[in-house]
Amino acid sequence: MADASPQDGGYNYAYLDEQTKRMIRRAILKAVAVPGYQVPFGGREMPLPYGWGTGGIQVTAAIIGRDDTLKVIDQGADDTTNAVSIRRFFAKVAGVATTTRTEEATVIQTRHRVPETPLRDGQILVFQVPIPEPLRMLEPRETETRTLHALAEYGVMQVSLYESIARHGRISKAYNYPVLVNGRYIMSPSPIPKFDNPKLDRSPALQLYGAGREKRIYAVPPYTPVKSLDFEDHPFEIEQWSECCALCGSSDSFLDEMIVDDSGQRLFVCSDTDYCERRQAAAEAAE
Amino acid sequence: MQPILRVAGLTKSFIVHAHGDLALPVLKDVALAVSPGECLALVGPSGAGKSTLLRSLYGNYRADKGSIRVRHGEGWTELVGAEPRTVLDIRRRTIGFVSQFLRVIPRVATLDVVAEPLIGLGASQQEARDRAEFLLALLNVPQRLWALPPATFSGGEQQRVNIARSLIVDYPILLLDEPTASLDAGNRDRVIEMIAERRNAGSAIVGIFHDIGVRDLLANRVHEVVPGGVA
Amino acid sequence: MSPLLSARGITRYFGDRIACRDVDFDLWPGEVLGVVGESGSGKTTLLNCLAGRLAPDAGAVTYDSMAYGPVEVHALSEARRRLLSRTEWGFVSQDPREGLRMGVSAGANIGERLMAVGARHYGDIRHTALDWLERVEIARDRLDDRPSAYSGGMRQRLQIARNLVSSPRLVFMDEPTGGLDVSVQARILDLLRGLVNTLHLSAVLVTHDLGVARLLTHRLMVMQGGAVVEHGLTDQVLDDPRHAYTQMLVASILPV
Repeated sequence: MADASPQDGGYNYAYLDEQTKRMIRRAILKAVAVPGYQVPFGGREMPLPYGWGTGGIQVTAAIIGRDDTLKVIDQGADDTTNAVSIRRFFAKVAGVATTTRTEEATVIQTRHRVPETPLRDGQILVFQVPIPEPLRMLEPRETETRTLHALAEYGVMQVSLYESIARHGRISKAYNYPVLVNGRYIMSPSPIPKFDNPKLDRSPALQLYGAGREKRIYAVPPYTPVKSLDFEDHPFEIEQWSECCALCGSSDSFLDEMIVDDSGQRLFVCSDTDYCERRQAAAEAAE
Repeated sequence: MQPILRVAGLTKSFIVHAHGDLALPVLKDVALAVSPGECLALVGPSGAGKSTLLRSLYGNYRADKGSIRVRHGEGWTELVGAEPRTVLDIRRRTIGFVSQFLRVIPRVATLDVVAEPLIGLGASQQEARDRAEFLLALLNVPQRLWALPPATFSGGEQQRVNIARSLIVDYPILLLDEPTASLDAGNRDRVIEMIAERRNAGSAIVGIFHDIGVRDLLANRVHEVVPGGVA
Repeated sequence: MSPLLSARGITRYFGDRIACRDVDFDLWPGEVLGVVGESGSGKTTLLNCLAGRLAPDAGAVTYDSMAYGPVEVHALSEARRRLLSRTEWGFVSQDPREGLRMGVSAGANIGERLMAVGARHYGDIRHTALDWLERVEIARDRLDDRPSAYSGGMRQRLQIARNLVSSPRLVFMDEPTGGLDVSVQARILDLLRGLVNTLHLSAVLVTHDLGVARLLTHRLMVMQGGAVVEHGLTDQVLDDPRHAYTQMLVASILPV
């Protein structure tokens, strides 16, 4: 992987010292060995506060090497402030090539979305996770949630889905939708829209999840079954829109709603900027 | 006929701890036997221990010494010192007890009070209720009362419900504690009829009857209960 | 046939204080065993030891389970003990708030045990929950209400439904009618009595109220200062009390 020679400004390669990277890699190995299980790790102070992706950054820092190509997205966009900052950070401390093109990246760090372009064998998707514990809202005690996971006592989660149907007529959870990984652990897929959940199932890519404030890492190895929880008579369903992307015409990607003027005019636009741009470019080329 | 209830050496004292462990001997070496088709009347002065003896035969009062053997199912079972579940089983199938007063359970309808012992034996609710209705009618308990809990009934009505409940199962052994005490003449006669029918059908009966007329109609034999002393 | 639940030498201290000492009994299927005593008698400690919630300092509790045959309750792994307590056992707490999820609907409360063992059809779960609501005499239109909107008596009945939905063989009850109005108490006792009879439940019932014991239990154990001072059939113990303490308890019942 990376050599330990100091970079510009006296930072170690990829910012973290080698011992820290070793510790995080051990946590990652353990996480990959037990898909969906939350592994505690010794999270370090990073040059940005909790809530800004410190978990994802530590995971990326532990795995990135000179030959990697890094893409960073925030809610699907490469060009938000945070995505740009993190990309620049790694360009500086790891000397890696960066890209906005999904199919060119070897490591993709993401906040709250999975790229539309299907991932392939050899790619790594690093998720930024705020609250790693899927049962947290139902059971506030950490000691108890650990026991529930250990004993696979997940009745309480099913109860929360029942309650949602009783109150709203359907399972109303739209993002951070709980999944069962490899038939064993219930996992929070991070606040991605439920639209993206199917992409996690048996994905050829390696999924790594990092929560900096809570200091947990978990993982889903390639080709692992990931099933969204539901009821037989209320099966899992993804979102649908009545319109297509106003820019590229896509009818099968996640669309953001944008208010474009003071009279409340709305546009629906692909949330994945790279996907949208490529489709637009392909449409132009075809003309 | 061979007896199906045999009592030997039955001894019991009450110890009242609140009065310095005062011992009150009630039964001493009581012996008796009852056969199917027999009705044995317990006689003796008030306070002699008749009720105590009857309740001991039901396992309600615990004997200090002695033996109460009961033909239960295919074999004989010793009641003195028996395990709770054995006593419960004997009460379910073999020995019935008509107490002097109905123990009132709140909110349960008369019909269900009467039907309960039969359901406990495995009868369907319908079957048990039909039989309960039959018995209540026989005992002149008006139909309008059947859906009501017996708590508000008169003493005589409650007693008739009690009797119906105790007769709904065909017990081989019946213990009766003043079954006609609170009944008017007409109902008393009906109850005597029903008990006699059981006796003639082969039940072994032990009873306390203060009314000599009733006793003469039902009992074949008499057992003298002597206060605190030898039987 | 073997006993459903066997206790041998159950002893538990809290520091130097003895909470219960050398408790032995066998409970057979279909029996309701009452444990009576005044506060501080050790009856609740005993109940918690029997139900696997508290480890005794000495003695063993053996339960004849459907899933694994006879098992020593405190030698089981936590996973198995928890599974047992959700499937074959019930536990009705004195305070229904302890035995319910106050923040989710009655339907979810009743359905939880079913969902915990794999029920995944919302309609069926709801249907079963409605059925049970009816059995415990709660209006059907309260199914989606939370227990926080229920009265005390309704909460207790809901707790009973939540426990019985999994058809447990053995139910532990800690003062199930404690603190409720007399009329509400009567209703719940009646309900319990009916359910015990129709479902052939076995139960261990802790109460300080001899009237409750008379109504619901077949057998009775009287506890004083952590020890069982008397035991027998309920009618035996209440009509022919032998121990000084039992005689005192029986004599203390207020006449109505």
